[in-house]
Amino acid sequence: MTEEIIIAGFGGQGVLSMGKILAYSGLMQGQEVTWMPSYGPEMRGGTSNVTVIVSDERISSPILTQYDTVIILNQQSMDKFESTVKPGGILIYDPNGITHHPTRKDISIYKVDAAVAASEMGNQKIFNMIVLGGYLKVKPIVKMENVIKGLKKSIPERNHKLLPLNEQAITKGMEIIEKI
Amino acid sequence: MEKEVKLMKGNEAIAEAVIRAGADGYFGYPITPQSEVIEYLMAEQPWERTGMVVLQAESEVAAINMVYGGAACGKRVMTSSSSPGISLKQEGLTYIAGAELPCLVMNCVRGGPGLGTIQPAQSDYFQTTKGGGHGDYRLIVLAPASVQEMSDFAELGFDLAFKYRNPVMILTDGIIGQMMEKVELKPQKARKTQEEIIKECPWATVGKPTTRERNIITSLDLVAANQEKFNIKLQAKYKEIQEKEVRYEAIKCDDADYILVAYGCSARLCMKAIDLLRANGIKVGLIRPITLFPFPSKILFELANRVKGFLAVELSAGQMVEDVELAVKNKVIVKHFGRMGGMIPSPEEIVEALEQKIIGGK
Amino acid sequence: MTQEELNNIIKPENLVYEKSKIMTNNTLSFCPGCGHGTAHRIIAEVIEEMGIQEQTIGISPVGCSVLMYNFLDIDMQQAAHGRAPALATAIKRLMPEKYVFTYQGDGDLAAIGTAETIHACNRGENIAIIFINNGIYGMTGGQMAPTTLEGMQTATSPYGRDLKIMGNPLKITEMVAMLAGTYSVTRQSVHTAANVKKAKKAIRVAFENQKLEKGVSFVEIVSNCNSGWKLSAPAANKWMEENMFPFYPLGDIKVEGKLVK
Repeated sequence: MTEEIIIAGFGGQGVLSMGKILAYSGLMQGQEVTWMPSYGPEMRGGTSNVTVIVSDERISSPILTQYDTVIILNQQSMDKFESTVKPGGILIYDPNGITHHPTRKDISIYKVDAAVAASEMGNQKIFNMIVLGGYLKVKPIVKMENVIKGLKKSIPERNHKLLPLNEQAITKGMEIIEKI
Repeated sequence: MEKEVKLMKGNEAIAEAVIRAGADGYFGYPITPQSEVIEYLMAEQPWERTGMVVLQAESEVAAINMVYGGAACGKRVMTSSSSPGISLKQEGLTYIAGAELPCLVMNCVRGGPGLGTIQPAQSDYFQTTKGGGHGDYRLIVLAPASVQEMSDFAELGFDLAFKYRNPVMILTDGIIGQMMEKVELKPQKARKTQEEIIKECPWATVGKPTTRERNIITSLDLVAANQEKFNIKLQAKYKEIQEKEVRYEAIKCDDADYILVAYGCSARLCMKAIDLLRANGIKVGLIRPITLFPFPSKILFELANRVKGFLAVELSAGQMVEDVELAVKNKVIVKHFGRMGGMIPSPEEIVEALEQKIIGGK
Repeated sequence: MTQEELNNIIKPENLVYEKSKIMTNNTLSFCPGCGHGTAHRIIAEVIEEMGIQEQTIGISPVGCSVLMYNFLDIDMQQAAHGRAPALATAIKRLMPEKYVFTYQGDGDLAAIGTAETIHACNRGENIAIIFINNGIYGMTGGQMAPTTLEGMQTATSPYGRDLKIMGNPLKITEMVAMLAGTYSVTRQSVHTAANVKKAKKAIRVAFENQKLEKGVSFVEIVSNCNSGWKLSAPAANKWMEENMFPFYPLGDIKVEGKLVK
């Protein structure tokens, strides 16, 4: 199994940390993982994206042009990355703020209303965990127990009191994701 | 003992590995894309863990000269920087090579020339493998292609540096430095005691006891004949390094008709390209030099007897390709493919380059 | 005088001066009348008198005193031009129990090495910096130094230092005295017996201060460069008294962390 993912959105949406939690979850499951961020000026406020690769085998290139799964969290990223989903692959997006919805017919498209759900749950910071939950529902590449372990490793110890909230957010994402 | 496995950035992994390798000191100056090294060390406070000294110097120039001072005391010391900062360190590096001091330097290469870009590149190959500063000298150059190797090469680098009394450069790039991967950390090694240093480095300036002559660390000899003798000795050392320390990885070369030659991040891109090519029935292998000096010329020469061509893939205008050409000695076609200035080719572009320049080339 | 008469004089009880054991038997490479030889000697005497040969690491610069390691019987490192304070920083931090000193000329310390000098002083490294200021680049043939006086002729200011074109002479010793990291700062000379005595005392203090861990001890020695100045040794000393000392006045500038001038 090799799963090549890109997560793309605004800086501040928790794109990088979502990728890190996913990568750590794979690691806790004994898999090979690579997390490759875009870095530079864009990390200060602009668009932000991260490639995550989880595999049973040694991972080759951290730089890819096509992905098994593309997770899109803003319009700029939709414009840039819709075309990079491998035929037969998966595109997951939060429709909040999206004006041009995906149109491809050769891929599976899911939407997860994470921004709305996060407001309902009263904490915008768990937005990315709701998205992650949606992804894991569609592609259960890591077991929930390993996701929890990955969360624990990724979140500083002083924030471990927030672990249950993060877990709830993941569950929420699993509930609300829907295929289009 | 249970393995200690973590998800770390390449820059963090080398910083942690340096502490665990029993390093005595790190002296650096921040520059993107490798500032995580000194940031990690300052946050980790290794002076509390092992007694290791960490200091943010006033410049790259000062940092490399702090390394000179520490290395001359037989200490395991390191600095790191990125291309523009490494240019500033060249004065110190040639003095260190000229004084035959062991030390570890990391260059997390970014696109140049000048201030260039902060995106990854491999355009410092010439500077790193052919000298860099003035005079006839060489660095031992290690090129990690994964976060695990970033970690492993800290200790290997120190070992080689002390074995040959020669500066060792870890030549990496913004991709390897910035990406996170699984890394298995080595257990903590104790720092050398002063007694061990005196025994293992009898040349070190640690204070002169009455039982030996004074130790002098210098690269100066005003008598030309003596300076030539010293140069001959240096060259003999480099020859020994070329004979004994070549490291490379051969991937899918056994049945290959074509060979990609690439190090560091480019090797990772090539591994993907090979999968794509082999899916189309084209038998391609990869030689990944792990040491860039000494360069794995012999294996390339041997492969040249049975493959149809070589493509050197590097994020530069074509630097390592000259060493590939020297190794292959015109037996078969050798071409270069790369992007510059911080641009990264996709694996598909590498596939296309091989098809056009080598398979369809002449 | 016959050999017998000479032998009668050469007796331990008649000994009035003995070369320090820390000085080697190598012939000094300095011009006759130059202050470097005396400065070397008093450093050697301080190391010998303190009994710290085994704990001392010295750093020689680029310049006339680059070969200092040939004359002092201690472990020494030779630094790239201007970088001695960076070396000293690392040595002292890695081996805090050692005595570490740099020996630098004006070009080395106050031009190319200004950043290393200022920052080592500002960090308060527990080292001694000995600064020989003769207002000229001696080794390379008498070019202008940062400390060259106004109107002074050198190979690169052949019509005299013109402040409008070449800038002002730099009082770097006064500069480092302003920094919180310096503990003692003084300016001395070695051209008379009385001055040698004072300079030696200052160097001794600079070495002793290292155990206090209160920062840099900085000793400037204003010296002559008779060949660079194109004067005889006695004339050079006279010129130094009349021209250098008014601009670079001798005496303590900072004592035990407090400015006194």
